[in-house]
Amino acid sequence: MRFSRLFAAVGVASALAVPANAQNVQINGAGATFPYPIYSKWFSEYNKLHPEVQINYQSIGSGGGIRQLTSQTVFFGATDGPMTKDQLLNAPGKILHLPTVLGGVVPIYNLPGDPDLKFTGPLLADIFMGKVSKWNDPAILKVNPGAQLPSTDITVVHRSDGSGTTYIFADFLGKTSVDWKKTVGIATALNWPTGVGAKGNEGVAGLVKQTPGAIGYVELIYALGNKIAFGAVQNMAGEFVKASLDSVTKAAAATKGAMPPDFRVSIANAPGSGVYPISSFTWLLFYENPKDKRAAKIMTDFMKWALSEGQKYAAELGYAPLPQEVVALEMNALGKIRA
Amino acid sequence: MNENGLSRTGRRRPRRVADDAFFRTATGLVGGIVILITLAIAFELVRNSGLSIAKFGLRFWTGRVWDPVSGEFGALPFLWGTLYSSFLALAIAGPIAIGIAVYLSELAPGVLRRPLVFLTELLAAIPSIVYGLWGVFVLIPLVRGLEKGMPDALRKFPLFSGPPLGVGMLSAALILAVMVIPFSSAVAREVLHAVPSSQREAAYALGATRFEAIRAALFHGRTGIVGALLLGLGRALGETMAVTMVIGNNPQITPSLFAPQHTMAAVIANEFTEAADDLYLHALVEIGLVLFAVTLVINFLSRLLIWTMERSARTVPAPPAPVPLPSAEPA
Repeated sequence: MRFSRLFAAVGVASALAVPANAQNVQINGAGATFPYPIYSKWFSEYNKLHPEVQINYQSIGSGGGIRQLTSQTVFFGATDGPMTKDQLLNAPGKILHLPTVLGGVVPIYNLPGDPDLKFTGPLLADIFMGKVSKWNDPAILKVNPGAQLPSTDITVVHRSDGSGTTYIFADFLGKTSVDWKKTVGIATALNWPTGVGAKGNEGVAGLVKQTPGAIGYVELIYALGNKIAFGAVQNMAGEFVKASLDSVTKAAAATKGAMPPDFRVSIANAPGSGVYPISSFTWLLFYENPKDKRAAKIMTDFMKWALSEGQKYAAELGYAPLPQEVVALEMNALGKIRA
Repeated sequence: MNENGLSRTGRRRPRRVADDAFFRTATGLVGGIVILITLAIAFELVRNSGLSIAKFGLRFWTGRVWDPVSGEFGALPFLWGTLYSSFLALAIAGPIAIGIAVYLSELAPGVLRRPLVFLTELLAAIPSIVYGLWGVFVLIPLVRGLEKGMPDALRKFPLFSGPPLGVGMLSAALILAVMVIPFSSAVAREVLHAVPSSQREAAYALGATRFEAIRAALFHGRTGIVGALLLGLGRALGETMAVTMVIGNNPQITPSLFAPQHTMAAVIANEFTEAADDLYLHALVEIGLVLFAVTLVINFLSRLLIWTMERSARTVPAPPAPVPLPSAEPA
């Protein structure tokens, strides 16, 4: 009895709701999980400003986003690593990459006393390849003179799921260590020479936190949120920089002169002072000439909002906002979407 | 699961031939759907793993390298991890599940029986992600402590080699065992319940002790009990979420209980979302195909086992007499 009344109420409500908003537009997108918190914030804030626009986003992973965009089951995609040439050629139309925010990946570790450690790219590569397997290895002590390090084994913790975080981390290691590039490579999922796989940023953070002598890598926000010690990393200019929203944004600003017109750029190990080297854009993907012109118009407007007003939500959610130079370039590029 | 396996007696209706025919066709159709679904799954798995089958052929089953970067895929470490963890879980869970079943159906006082039955069946209703979280926060630290406390002499054995991480095969097998126990014990309990009490009474009449009477009941229901254990094995083979959270997800073939390993279900769940490359995707689907094939083979073998047991039960006239115990006291 109670249930049937409830159903009736829901039925009446939905019957009333549908015709009232007949002008509603639903736009579907799918892709990366890393930017999901800010995207969902943006879409809900944008919905408050424009109640007729409802943007749905499924955070199914970058690979899934690219697949769904290519098979045209969603209007837009999202990815943490730019699409490869092959993937672009396989798509039925020209695809535009638009950076939305930035993220940084930090090396986290579990050592007695949580010392502040420094890492160089080649050192991190050697640790994650299992070549440096003790915490008091001379290679670590050389970069951290005077640090009190135990003789315990290093337990490498990496992602077990395919992930943009892994891509960003591997991209940096590949750029700084020839060995890494040759034997492991750069991708969202790798053939790890050593270590333990944990699912998701939270899985890696959790396992590092409870395993003495462990080292892992997570998005900056997870290290801050879980209060885990993370190390400074040497950038191209030779400085050891700790990740912060500011130093990650600087990495993007550093590439402004060399920004390719399609925005498919890696900012790992970017040049410049104060730059945090394990940084990356995350992108939204659009067809330049989509079929649904109305959605194209709406998403162009949305992007203009996200690149200006929307950026102020970035910091509170742990993302680094885009530098002004990149925003200006993107505002121009938005004209390529034919609405 | 209903308390006593007996079905309710329905109301009698005037029998009509048309009803019968309709009933037969309807159930036949539903039965046919099951076969269709199975075939469709097999077909889709093969179709969507075409690239990988064409490229690797049988090498896929024996390959030890899983390298998405260079496009080299082999399923053996995952096959190993799935079988190792499942059989290990079965070995741990089997005796416990049978023990629970015996206690609940033969020994437990009436007051305890209902709450205990309810609690074991509640275990089956816990979502596997919750088991996974329990594994991460409770089981792994416990196992790590156990691994650290193990004497060095034992650590030299390949079974216990490797650093004490906590995550690894042992944790996976333990968590699987906990998940499998309610299924196996519930079915084993039903089986014992279905053993005619004349069996037990006959045993008592011959002067058997309680233990011997229970053994006679177990012997009578042995095919059903094997079935109960194999049901648990089937669940362990396909379990994904809880396993991936504690097994360490490192595809390697080692007998060590302490080493991180990987399973077929876990690698699919982990890597499917980010697999944008076609060959990679097809290799993952082929892992699914291998898992499907392994499940079929194990099901077939367990059928065969039960069938031979049933046949031998029919041909052998009487169960062998229980081994006489010297100091057998009447219960």
